Amino acid sequence: MSRAPYVSINAETALLEILKAPVSTLQDFCLLAGKALANLFRAPHYWDDVLIQMDRIGVGSLPIICLTGGFSGAVMALQMSKALDTYGASSQVGQIVSITLVAQLGPVLTSLLVAGRNASGIASELGSMKVTEQIDAMRALGTDPVQKLVTPRMFAMTVMLPFLTVIADFVGMLGGWLVALGLIGTTSALYWRGVYDILVFADVLQGLIKPLVNGLVISLVGCYYGMATSGGTQGVGRATTQAVVVSSVWIFVINLFLTQLFVNL
Amino acid sequence: MPAPESILRFDGVSVIYDGVRVLDHVSFTLAAGETRVILGAAGAGKTVLLKTALGLISPDEGRVSLFNQEITGLRERQLFAIRAQVGMLFQESALFDSLTIEENVAYPLENQIGVRVDPAEVLPRVEAILKDVELGHTLDKFPNELSGGMRRRVGIARANVTYPKLVFYDSPTAGLDPITANNIMSLVIKQRDQRNTTTVIVSHRLQDGALMANYRFNSQSGKIERQRHTGALDTHTKFMVLQKGRLVFEGSEDELHASPDPYVAKFVLEQAQSA
Ligand SMILES: Nc1ncnc2c1ncn2[C@@H]1O[C@H](COP(=O)(O)OP(=O)(O)O)[C@@H](O)[C@H]1O
Ligand SMILES: [Mg+2]
Repeated sequence: MSRAPYVSINAETALLEILKAPVSTLQDFCLLAGKALANLFRAPHYWDDVLIQMDRIGVGSLPIICLTGGFSGAVMALQMSKALDTYGASSQVGQIVSITLVAQLGPVLTSLLVAGRNASGIASELGSMKVTEQIDAMRALGTDPVQKLVTPRMFAMTVMLPFLTVIADFVGMLGGWLVALGLIGTTSALYWRGVYDILVFADVLQGLIKPLVNGLVISLVGCYYGMATSGGTQGVGRATTQAVVVSSVWIFVINLFLTQLFVNL
Repeated sequence: MPAPESILRFDGVSVIYDGVRVLDHVSFTLAAGETRVILGAAGAGKTVLLKTALGLISPDEGRVSLFNQEITGLRERQLFAIRAQVGMLFQESALFDSLTIEENVAYPLENQIGVRVDPAEVLPRVEAILKDVELGHTLDKFPNELSGGMRRRVGIARANVTYPKLVFYDSPTAGLDPITANNIMSLVIKQRDQRNTTTVIVSHRLQDGALMANYRFNSQSGKIERQRHTGALDTHTKFMVLQKGRLVFEGSEDELHASPDPYVAKFVLEQAQSA
């Protein structure tokens, strides 16, 4: 604030000014994450809210997750069979579908869909509560909004996203199977053997840890932008967009880092 | 040292947003049993003042005490115990959209830290206070099914259901038609006089202040009545005027009308003309 009167020509201070906003955002985000996590071990626990959120995030996302998973598996089988055919290896389509879905596509696609559906939902819900003073009212009525609103959403999403991913993976395999059976002409036995044989423990672990971390990040990003909303209904719209964009970017970054980690394992 | 009976005390309190002093060295003391009317135009800082008083906003300068306890710098969890003795009606009621009217009013009884009520007593108490604000029939409705005036009534019920010693009303008549506004004011007066609650009411309408100062709820007749004009007219009601975060007036209703401060005089004159 005190720097305002003169224009800085020092590149270093200019850079600091540019970085100030994102750094303070990150700092506030980490603070919120810390509080939300600490609340897991502190009464009161709002289990009703956890169940409601699990239903909204988990059950509510199921149709779109299955649809996307199924089509991805089918398309992948179709595309890969062509490539595999040139090596006379179209019987291996099960392996390709399986490993790609479990380690990469399943976690990323599911997380992106849930980010689009639920990070936005969370941000707009909490954002509306913020601009209509419901968050203040909650505090005035002796309730910690982080405990009541953020922790249940974080817990519910972190638990549900791995389940959703497993379901998406499986439906994707079914989609691939239909294509393999109907269009490529491999046998079911061959397909499912391929699906099963290619997976090693590290792949499955990777496929579960990614959605776990993504779930934590998506929910907290949604909550953060919701709780930080200001400026009326317009602000709610802004918060919603930001929550989806930022959580989507994080999903790709997390995916890259975790893949790198597991590749080197 | 604050006086022993001080319920709320501001000591040189400033709140700064983006370099602007939204509250500028505000100091005042509120005694038990008093009614305080805070007048000011939109954006004067009335809402910020009430939120600062509850510890929802922490001041950048100065100190705030509630019930003789300094709250500046207290942690949120320590504040909960103190807030349990205070009720607040927010400007747009701030009812929880996802809860029914009954659940909204029961919320402080069931959730507020520092409020202990026998679970069997919750529903009767909620029903009684909703009847008190003439809303006995809306228990199962959601806030978005109610009109602005009805939401305000639910907010009044929620603010008073714990029988707090101190109640804040943030612009209870803002955005309402004159008839509804006067109905709401009579409910505020009723809640105040039934339990002798110390009351702080914020408004942009001078008229609301006059009502608070000159009308009483008569528990025998169950009606709001004009107080007889005795010599010592209402020493319990004090007025304050907030102008762009600064306290430009503090005193009785008569002093308000006689104030030499140009802003206060203009405020009073304009309101008198429009009324
Ligand atoms: N969270 C905030 N961030 C920035 N400015 C704020 C914030 N809250 C209030 N203000 C500003 O403070 C001033 C007083 O606001 P407020 O107390 O809401 O006024 P009113 O007297 O109408 O209730 C306004 O100019 C408003 O823009
Ligand atoms: Mg206001």
